Order: sequence, then structure tokens, then C-alpha cells
Amino acid sequence: MAQSERPLSPHLQIYRPQLTSILSISHRAAGVALAVGTLLLVYWVVATASGPAAYATAQAFIRSWFGMLILLGWSVALFFHLANGIRHLFWDAGHGFELKTVYASGYAVLAATAVLTVVAWTLGCAMMGRP
Amino acid sequence: MELRSTLGRVRGLGSAKDGAHHWWAQRTTAVALVPLSLWFVASVIALVGANHATAVAWFRSPINATLMVLLIVATFYHAALGLQVVLEDYVHHEGQKVAGILAVKGLAALLGLLAAIAVLKLAFGG
Repeated sequence: MAQSERPLSPHLQIYRPQLTSILSISHRAAGVALAVGTLLLVYWVVATASGPAAYATAQAFIRSWFGMLILLGWSVALFFHLANGIRHLFWDAGHGFELKTVYASGYAVLAATAVLTVVAWTLGCAMMGRP
Repeated sequence: MELRSTLGRVRGLGSAKDGAHHWWAQRTTAVALVPLSLWFVASVIALVGANHATAVAWFRSPINATLMVLLIVATFYHAALGLQVVLEDYVHHEGQKVAGILAVKGLAALLGLLAAIAVLKLAFGG
């Protein structure tokens, strides 16, 4: 495409960040993060299939502070992408386009992400002590 | 004069030459991943701190193995479609874009197959 001297529409940084735009780009960022996070899923499954020694190494890595940090980020990204993905599916079906609804569903997505993350980690920590 | 129907044009020759297929596949896998990912999170929580024997026993269950393979297929298909759109939106050099999409699809196939075969090996007790 030839470069022209025609005026451009205002760049992204001109606009004031809003809930709608932040959630929109975060959906994409969370999706990319989850795609990278599949490496952990593959590692876990392959380590389990490889035997007790590899499994113990994988478990030690996941239990390290770095492993826990990755798992925390992965769980937040998953719950956010899941909740906001359902929001997107409603839009695809033609529902929820009114500005008030868009904001209400946006805040609902943030609340669902927080609740699901806290519930998952509370249950996970409760499971930690067992043999 | 355009002799082809609107539906025929959308099915065959969209801007990406594949009509609405990419869009539909993205949504189909998304719908599948809603219950699958919630089930997976619940399973991971149930397996926290489990030793190797417990984890292997979990994969031996045909239901767990089936749902794991479904999750893996849907996840890597959905991820490849999503990353393709990201590359198409942000990479403006045609060669780099095509190379990136090929790498994404190849890696998704490789990692997905690796994970699925590991699950099947556990399920069949190899």
C-alpha cells in the first residue's frame, strides 16, 4: 500500500482509557498469555506421563515461588478471558450493546474474575496439606 | 452485475478467502472451552499436592482422559485461531506475517499432539 500524506485518525494514545477499551485489549492480552501458558499444561501432562521422577521435578517447579506466580497469573488470565469471552458470545448473538449494559457486563466480568480467582486459590490452598 | 448470492460469496470468498469459517471455528471452540476449562480448573484443584500414583490414576479414568483430549484439541485450535488474528492485525510485513502464522499453527499442532499423546499414554497405561 502506498504511503500518502492524507490525515490520519487520532492515535490510540489520544483517547482517554475507558473500561470498554481496557477490557477489549486485555481480552486479547489474556488470550496471548494463555496461549503461552499452554506450555505449562503440556509440561505437566508430559512430566506425568514420563514417570515419578519427572513428575516430582514438575511439582517442585510449580510449587516454587516462580511456579506459583505463573499459576496465579495463568488463573487470573483464564478466569478473565473466560468471563469476558462469554460477554463476547452474547455480543455475537446480538445482545447487550446498549452503553449501560456494556458497562454493567464489563464490571460483572471484573467481579467474576476476582471471585473465581479467590475461590479457586482458597480451594487449592485447602488441598495443599493432604498426602 | 453480481450473479452470486450473498451467502455464496461469504461462504467462499471473504477477505481472507475462507468466508466465515475462521470466525465460526473461534466461537465453536470458545463455547466448548467454557465447560471444559471450568472442569479442568476443578480437576487441577482436586489434584493439588497429589503424588504421581494419584495423578496417573486420575488420567486412567476414561472420562478424565476423554475430557483432557477434548480440552487440548479445543485449546490449541482456539489459541492458534486467536494468535493468527493478533498477527494479522499487528504484523504488517507480509512475509513476516505468513511466517508467524505458519509458526503458530505448527507449534499448536506440535504441542497439542504432544499433550494429547501424553494423555493417551497415561490413559492406556503405557
